[in-house]
Amino acid sequence: MKARTKFLIGGVLVLGTSGYLMASSIKETGTYYLTPTELSAKVAADPSFYETGVKVGARVVPGSIVRDAGGRSMTFAVTDGAKTYQVSYRGIAPDTFTDGVDVVVEGRLAHDGTFRATTVLAKCASRYEDAPKKYQSTPGYRSASTPQART
Amino acid sequence: MILIGELSLWVALLMAAWATTAGFAGAFTRRSELTVSAERALYATCGFVVLASIGLWTALLTSDFSFKFVASFTSANLPSVYKFTSFWAGQAGSLLFWALILSIYSAIAVYTGRKSNRELMPFVIPTLSAIALFFILTLCFGANPYERLSFIPADGRGMNPQLQNPGMAFHPPNLYLGYIATAIPFAFAVGALITRRLDNEWLTSVRRWALVSWFFNTVGIVLGMWWAYVELGWGGYWAWDPVENASFLPWLVNTAFLHSIMVQEKRGMLRKWNVTLVVSAFLLSILGTFITRSGVISSVHAFAQSPVGYWFLGFLVLSIAVTAYLVATRLKDLEAKAELESMVSREASFLFNNLLLVGIAFSVLWGTLFPILSEAVTRNKITVGPPFFNQVNIPLGLGLLALTGIGPLIAWRRASAANLKRQFTGPVVIGLVTGMLVLGLGMRSVHAVIAYTLAGFVLATIVQEFQKGVSARHRMYQESLPVAFVRLVARNRRRYGGYIVHVGVVVLFAAFAGLAFKKEFDVTLKGGQAYEAVDPYGNHWRFVSQGVSRYEELNRFTTAVLLEAWRNGKHVGVIKSEKRQYWDSNRNFTFEPSTEVGIMSGLRQDVYVVLAGATGEDTAEMRITFNPLVWWVWYGGMIMAIGGLIVMWPQAERRKVQAGYAARLEPAVTAGK
Repeated sequence: MKARTKFLIGGVLVLGTSGYLMASSIKETGTYYLTPTELSAKVAADPSFYETGVKVGARVVPGSIVRDAGGRSMTFAVTDGAKTYQVSYRGIAPDTFTDGVDVVVEGRLAHDGTFRATTVLAKCASRYEDAPKKYQSTPGYRSASTPQART
Repeated sequence: MILIGELSLWVALLMAAWATTAGFAGAFTRRSELTVSAERALYATCGFVVLASIGLWTALLTSDFSFKFVASFTSANLPSVYKFTSFWAGQAGSLLFWALILSIYSAIAVYTGRKSNRELMPFVIPTLSAIALFFILTLCFGANPYERLSFIPADGRGMNPQLQNPGMAFHPPNLYLGYIATAIPFAFAVGALITRRLDNEWLTSVRRWALVSWFFNTVGIVLGMWWAYVELGWGGYWAWDPVENASFLPWLVNTAFLHSIMVQEKRGMLRKWNVTLVVSAFLLSILGTFITRSGVISSVHAFAQSPVGYWFLGFLVLSIAVTAYLVATRLKDLEAKAELESMVSREASFLFNNLLLVGIAFSVLWGTLFPILSEAVTRNKITVGPPFFNQVNIPLGLGLLALTGIGPLIAWRRASAANLKRQFTGPVVIGLVTGMLVLGLGMRSVHAVIAYTLAGFVLATIVQEFQKGVSARHRMYQESLPVAFVRLVARNRRRYGGYIVHVGVVVLFAAFAGLAFKKEFDVTLKGGQAYEAVDPYGNHWRFVSQGVSRYEELNRFTTAVLLEAWRNGKHVGVIKSEKRQYWDSNRNFTFEPSTEVGIMSGLRQDVYVVLAGATGEDTAEMRITFNPLVWWVWYGGMIMAIGGLIVMWPQAERRKVQAGYAARLEPAVTAGK
């Protein structure tokens, strides 16, 4: 057998292994990324979406954050403008977490309709830069382009 | 100065436009006076972009809040050093920074290469100018840092506290320097493809720039990891976030290229592959910018969502189309000049090294883009997280680590049994002994045991190489051992610098494997109370809270907790962790409270304390983490950077070789000199 052929076989083996690893890991670890509206549609169509690990991207409803005194657990509401979910989270929230920020919460929707989050990721789009147009109508949006002269 | 800067941006736009048009016209019609004019316009672009940048810096340092950019990212009470670094805190500024580095790089590349690459330069100049033109266009019409507000606010919004960290002064510039350096090899590749001068000489200049890119990219990534670790407070340094992945992709491709280029130099193989890698590194840099700028992929870092991302998408599509056409029409000129002779050869091990690196790059790209791809195909957005990247990349990475030991020692063309036995007996034994040792010490993680076995093996191969080289010099020239060592490295920078980089890689892998043994505790302590825990090494720790203190400093209000730490009954120090609330010049709070992590570092592990909050008078809620071997990540990064510097350092012989190339070229189309 020529070395070239052997190398091709080896190459196919390497690529096959990585392809297999990728496919199987996506199956095992891939999670749905949904908006609250999409999540409620999914749950309505298929009740097995309760208690299934998903990620939800939404905005924190201003004024809804209730932290326990130690900063170790909290509840808050997230919305995409159409559908709102109550979220409970145990853990240390990131520094960027506050009213009106975009968050990605990862966890399960419980049968009582509250979302039990295991991870909360917060970003600060509206604080650093202009957010895309579609977000500017959501509650709690503050534009970065008109910094108020605070007194 | 500010006004000059603002005007300079527009002049730079005209200059770049002229350099592009005249450059391409001159190159295709072979009219050298146009090429000369384009070259001068390229230098002028650089000058005006420098002026535009100085203008913005002036506005930032003098706190001219009539500019939206200045008002959005700084405040009057911000320390000057952070006013300076706020240049790249926002989108418009970082684009200008990108244009600044690109135009300086371009000027250097064109100036230093004008004699040795006369055939290619007429095409390199307009290609680089076109890239600069794109950035300056985006700056002028998409995100102008000189945009004014309709009113002048009393104070700016201030800088995000997480960016007020020394790491932020160095991490973004390094990453940019690395990203943007991929543009130079790209331009050379385009030039070489158009002119069909695809022999090895264009690679000489390209290799230098690929190294520059690799070096800064490495430093930038490691600094980013360090910043995330000390500043973000989640206890890790790498989360496979899309933005992190975007910086990792060009690095992987550059690394692959720096290896495969050796195969082309020695054996004339892999020519198509090398061109593809050079082009991909640049395209991935642009893709990375698109990912970070557009917000199409959700990321914690998505601090700059804006339509500017779509400018990048357009530019990316255009670049892909042009280069795909060029490569496709020049396949014949890229035929290999030799064939692979044996699977047991250095060529083959480099080929596998490339396959693995590109495989890792592909899986990282796939995982990063998967939400978009899955949405396009199934209408469901599915994301993959760290488990995906770890499951795929740990096995591939371990394979790569093994090749790090095999590649440099195995013979070119066809390794004999004697060669294999002579080179590998010792290292294999040492690797196995290392594996047994960690097993004996009670380590039970399969991946970690394999990682340490391979680390022992690779390290042994490198030590063996150095030892052989040094003792050869010692015998031949009667040099003392240290002198022999220094001269050995100095005379063969590329080879031994490369080995030093490999040492850094081994150290990094060993450090990553340590992560498997991380331990975490959530702790609530009143002043005077104690908490006891056992670390991953089995030591007993005792932490006693000294209570919570609250005070003002500089531009912030601080809540701090002090923990006295004892290890196995011995007092080892005090760890201070803080929550900081920043304010503006009127003492209004800005941003949310930010966490200042308390870290007690050691060679074996870091004790990492995050203050979650303080309740009542004196109760602190904390998370205490034992992070094994974290310091070795920073050491590994430093060793890699030092190795990279050694490889990059100009060498007298190579200059002669370049001059030789230049002399052989017939002086047809010249760059005007």
